Amino acid sequence: MKQTNEQIHSFHQQYIASRKKEKRLIRFFQLAIFVSFFSLWEVASRQHWVDPLLFSSPSAIWDLFVQKLADNSLVTHTFITLLETLLGFIIGTVAGACFGALLWWFPRLAKTLDPYLVVFNAMPKVALGPILIVALGPGFTSIIAMGVIISVIVTTIVVYSAFQEVDANYLKVLKTFGATRYQCFKEAVLPSSFPTIISTLKVNVGLSWVGVITGEFLVSKLGLGYMIIYGFQVFNFSLVLMSLLVIALLSTVMYQAVSIIEKKLMKHR
Amino acid sequence: MGFLVVDRVSHTYFTEKTAVTALENISFTVEKGEFVSFLGPSGCGKTTLLSIIAALIKPTKGTVFVEGKTLDCARASAGYMLQQDYLFPWKTIEENILLGLKIMGTLTETTKKRALDLLDYIGLKGVETHYPSQLSGGMRQRAALVRTLATNPKMLLLDEPFSALDHQTKLKLEELVWQTLKDYEKTALLVTHDIGEAIAMSDRIFLFSTKPGKIVRTFIVPDELRRLSPFAARQHPQFSALFQSIWKELDQLETNK
Ligand SMILES: Nc1ncnc2c1ncn2[C@@H]1O[C@H](COP(=O)(O)OP(=O)(O)OP(=O)(O)O)[C@@H](O)[C@H]1O
Ligand SMILES: [Mg+2]
Repeated sequence: MKQTNEQIHSFHQQYIASRKKEKRLIRFFQLAIFVSFFSLWEVASRQHWVDPLLFSSPSAIWDLFVQKLADNSLVTHTFITLLETLLGFIIGTVAGACFGALLWWFPRLAKTLDPYLVVFNAMPKVALGPILIVALGPGFTSIIAMGVIISVIVTTIVVYSAFQEVDANYLKVLKTFGATRYQCFKEAVLPSSFPTIISTLKVNVGLSWVGVITGEFLVSKLGLGYMIIYGFQVFNFSLVLMSLLVIALLSTVMYQAVSIIEKKLMKHR
Repeated sequence: MGFLVVDRVSHTYFTEKTAVTALENISFTVEKGEFVSFLGPSGCGKTTLLSIIAALIKPTKGTVFVEGKTLDCARASAGYMLQQDYLFPWKTIEENILLGLKIMGTLTETTKKRALDLLDYIGLKGVETHYPSQLSGGMRQRAALVRTLATNPKMLLLDEPFSALDHQTKLKLEELVWQTLKDYEKTALLVTHDIGEAIAMSDRIFLFSTKPGKIVRTFIVPDELRRLSPFAARQHPQFSALFQSIWKELDQLETNK
């Protein structure tokens, strides 16, 4: 008996060791891709295999990055874009969830609005950009509005259908205790839709970035989107690529934050 | 007048294309503390009848009285246990069993203690902080029973509560539920497909026919069997005699269709 226990223990150790080795290998390849991509880029640019004016090079981008950090302009632009995106994301998600709840609460409203939602959802929302800028002024507000408008309708539709898909038997259990509509919502409808709501959060991170960057393209005053458009106009592609890398980094961080929230909320499912 | 009076109840479900009459002219009376079962083919309206008695749906015709009052006045006087446990997976067992009290606004230290004592009585001590997914099927069904009993309902409606369980667990739970209901002197209505279960647990059995649902016969379980617990009743010689006659009756219903 003791022997087999020891055997199992040693097998377990072997298993753990092999898993660790596998993980290290994957990490190594990931790092290798990263390093070789940027080295190849650097070399290709220096050897003029690609046009350095168009494709820049990691070292040029890095120099620009340090310079823009030093004169504080990068921080200002990044901060404004991040703020717009966060606000667009939060307002879009919360408003979408609230609209979804409203539609659930008033089924007749949901049926009435159905065709309008379909049309609005199918339309490319960024096309509304110019109208928003005219209506709200070329600035902060209309850019946030872009971030909101792009995510709010799809959130409404997804959340509403999640609310509707609640297993009727949970509601039956609550109704046998004489639950009100609000109690049904709070105890069954909302918590059972949490997984769907979280997954719309993930989608909305991406969407609000699209909305905000497009908004900054149009308004062209401040932010990372403005830096991209400006770099494009003055033919400074180091600036374009640097802004792009900053955006990639920030949106990844936001996405990871949502994933952490998801893990915390989904512990018991 | 009896504890529960169902008076000429009919129910028709309407959809855009069809009108399905699920129940037609159902009348019966149940005394306080009595245990009755409903047996019948699938689709004969048993679930519909329980939903009407639980005041979840209004019958198209007829009235239901509980202790002489119509249902609207005696709201939520029945505890309803569904075919599956339907414990809320995002709530702990303790939160689940206190749910009814919370909804009804009667959650106090006293009622909470009563519910936790009930959990203890039913053999689930120590799982209060667990989540339903951590429990076995039989344990979950027992927790659902505690949730139903915690609000101290006047009667219990059981809609095939054991059908999703394996045979062994089912026999044990029958025993437990029967004992619990006797100890707490509850009136109970059980829907089942299992003739043996109906005989072993109840005092009276109503046999339903289908399309539309009607009561075709009432069997009275002999005193000898009633006094015995479900498991002991199954061993009694009278058990198989009653089983045979109900079986024949059900068989005829199927062939006459
Ligand atoms: N919400 C509904 N809308 C329309 N018809 C319904 C509805 N619920 C039940 N019915 C119909 O009413 C009849 C009785 O249904 P019910 O669920 O009460 O039967 P049951 O005896 O509980 O059946 P089972 O033993 O299969 O659970 C069936 O013919 C069913 O199709
Ligand atoms: Mg049924």
